[in-house]
Amino acid sequence: MTTVKFTLNGKKVTLETDISRRFLDVLRNDLNQTGPKEGCGEGECGACAVLLDGHSVNSCLLPLAYVHNKEVMTIEGYAETERYKVLEEAFIHEGSVQCGICIPGMMIAAESLLNQNPNPSETSIRHSLSGNLCRCTGYNMIVKAIQRAAQRGKGLW
Amino acid sequence: MKDISKSVEKIDAKEKISGRMKYVSDYKMDDMLYAKTVRSTQCHAKIKAIHLPELPKGYYTVDYRDIPGENFVKMIFEDWPVFAEETVNYIGEPILLVVGKDKAVIQSIIRDITIDYEPLKPTFEYTKSEVHYHYTKGNPKPIFDKHNQHIEYTYKTGYQEQAYIEPQGFIAYLEGERIVLEGSIQAPYYVKNAVVNTMACEADAIRVIQTTVGGAFGGKEEFPSVMGCQLAVAVHKIKQPIKLIYEREEDMEVTTKRHPSKIVMTAAIDSNQKIAGLHARVALDGGAYVGLSSVVLSRAMIAATNAYTIDHLDIEGDVYRTHTVPNGAFRGFGAPQMIFAIEMFMHHIAHTLKIDPFAFRMNHLAKQGDLTSTSGTFRDPILMPEMIKKACDISNYHEKVKTYSDPKVRKGIGMSWFFHGCGFTGSGEAKHINAKVKLKKDDQDVVHLLIAAVDMGQGAKTTLMKVASHVLEIPLSQIRYANPDTDEVPDSGPTVASRTAMIVGGLVARASKQLKAKWAKGKEVVVYEQYQQPDYVKWDEETFTGDAYPAYSWGVNIVEVEVDKATYEVDVKKCWSVYDIGKSLDDLVVLGQADGGAAQGIAYGYLEVMNHKDGKIQQKNMTDYIIPTAVDMAQTETHFIENPFALGPYGAKGAGELTLVGGAPAVALAIEMAINKHITKIPVTPEFIMELMQNDDR
Repeated sequence: MTTVKFTLNGKKVTLETDISRRFLDVLRNDLNQTGPKEGCGEGECGACAVLLDGHSVNSCLLPLAYVHNKEVMTIEGYAETERYKVLEEAFIHEGSVQCGICIPGMMIAAESLLNQNPNPSETSIRHSLSGNLCRCTGYNMIVKAIQRAAQRGKGLW
Repeated sequence: MKDISKSVEKIDAKEKISGRMKYVSDYKMDDMLYAKTVRSTQCHAKIKAIHLPELPKGYYTVDYRDIPGENFVKMIFEDWPVFAEETVNYIGEPILLVVGKDKAVIQSIIRDITIDYEPLKPTFEYTKSEVHYHYTKGNPKPIFDKHNQHIEYTYKTGYQEQAYIEPQGFIAYLEGERIVLEGSIQAPYYVKNAVVNTMACEADAIRVIQTTVGGAFGGKEEFPSVMGCQLAVAVHKIKQPIKLIYEREEDMEVTTKRHPSKIVMTAAIDSNQKIAGLHARVALDGGAYVGLSSVVLSRAMIAATNAYTIDHLDIEGDVYRTHTVPNGAFRGFGAPQMIFAIEMFMHHIAHTLKIDPFAFRMNHLAKQGDLTSTSGTFRDPILMPEMIKKACDISNYHEKVKTYSDPKVRKGIGMSWFFHGCGFTGSGEAKHINAKVKLKKDDQDVVHLLIAAVDMGQGAKTTLMKVASHVLEIPLSQIRYANPDTDEVPDSGPTVASRTAMIVGGLVARASKQLKAKWAKGKEVVVYEQYQQPDYVKWDEETFTGDAYPAYSWGVNIVEVEVDKATYEVDVKKCWSVYDIGKSLDDLVVLGQADGGAAQGIAYGYLEVMNHKDGKIQQKNMTDYIIPTAVDMAQTETHFIENPFALGPYGAKGAGELTLVGGAPAVALAIEMAINKHITKIPVTPEFIMELMQNDDR
């Protein structure tokens, strides 16, 4: 047992547990954050993505120790932000959501991209989503939503 | 009244975007145990002995000896065991469950279990036929004798994995004496009926509730019945809540997939260079158990002539048993294999005859009033000529064909024409399903859609609520549609076969009309409707004669590719589509079906590789089973042509599978043009292209 401290959605968290545990399991089982999903368990599908110091990472590949002293934001926390509202509107407007299991991860990937590049080209959107698998939509309606959010959310990113 | 096609905010979008939507893996219960499956490591063997370690307190094993009723999973063919008994027939066949509180302890118990096998000789070839069907149209034999120019090609297709992002899962628990199963499923009543059979109990002893489904594509049609039966047995024995969620590796190795196939096509050509007769022999690899394969085979065989009319047919098909994972339902259900074969064949015949493939295909295109492959009638208007023209115009198809036919240009454009029969094949709807729906208006004047149809992402909730809203002339906010619970909803049939919008939606429209007539403010009103086959639909199951489907949706896909000269990698540039789905119930919903279907259909043709070696599936995860990413997926341009079907709600027909079935031949024909070689096998991988390029003859 080791003490791990980090910030989760703006609140300080201290855990006494095995630091080699997968961060995804800690989030889902200990911290009741079920927005991140397990799709593949090996960092390929992106359904478990969270923001770590503002960058999208796959929490299924992350040992808990790695988040020590870092800032973590899950979809639950992100949903409270102004930027989220812009992306949410765009995803609804473009019909980007089907089964929805990949969508929290897509939102995290979109935030991570727009944070680094508020005016991304279609190609850079596609590249930044390439670590997030969706089997329902064929991606085009998600790409369009991110283009729309970038347009409408000017100044937020 | 507003046009129903105009999109609305999807009913569950906000909950899904925010991560608040609960999927089965998010469910937790007090005293909940976990289960993990112990599986065969042999493709065909006798189980000589199973050595279990001493189990810690609170840990259990569950196997076939715990089954109170029948040890088979009730679906169409009754050969699929819940748990293996004396013999195992594929790698990954379930033998027992280990159940307990801590997953790490379960793992260590599983590590300590040893099973002694006596290997038996496996079969992986198409030799042991379990199902054989045959039908004819016209008089094929004399036609083949009379026209002695016969052209024959053999086509092969590979596995395809549904690869829903949410793996299979259930949670099961007791409610008094009753067993409740909540899971990610497409067919609540399939699970319920299978569990009743396995538990040998009364129907009302089992309750099945659908949890929000994270993608299914057919993969959650019949397979969940296997898990449901196992968990019901476990809960009955242990009497504590149990959760069974597959990990990706397990899901990929042991769940049903699209049947690999081999299709031999022979055409007799007449003096006008038309197909006088067609002979098709379809072989499907069923895997170790037949399951739904016989129904997949019928849909494949009926699609033999696709969007063409050919007067004389001899169509045969077999499901072969092999010692591999059982194959089953996957969006398209037999049609993608056959439509790949016939679309390629039409081109290959034209090449052999040295005539223009486009003109050759146009000469055979089905028209309203023509007889279908099974001698039924295409009763409704067929708008394919205008759809084909539209698709050619927006893609500049004919110009590109000219340019890309230069063998030095490594670009290609391919076009597929196709249809998909809506609803169950043959008498399925009337005889086997007999769908029922129930609508209840409560005393607050809120209308509840009590139907078994599952929203697995395709938008069934949004579209069916819109149907009710439009008929009743009430806002969507006054309508509720909860995930189906067999305690609350009648059996509207499974959510499969492109039947939900047309059949269940049609019943919802009728029930809404009835409710509108009986509306009494502030009072509870309940109405029912039941499916009735239109009188004119006649089907003979024995001879495959008559109307196989009450309606058909139609489509055209055009795909443009560029093939890398050095690596033979295929870059899909764009996909243009025109569809006739009767009437769209929501433009964004159907566009989502079109884009997603194209992604899966095109990837089936060139990208998605799955195979087995001595019965062992070689792809373990999403890392080595490649599905398209946002970078792989081409831009799309999609148009819908209205052609309302009288019995569909507001004219709607099926849209779910139609959008997949044409993808593979369109991309394969595009690659064929780019590399100037005949393609007879999918997926067309760079390795396969290299092989073709090293081969001189076309």
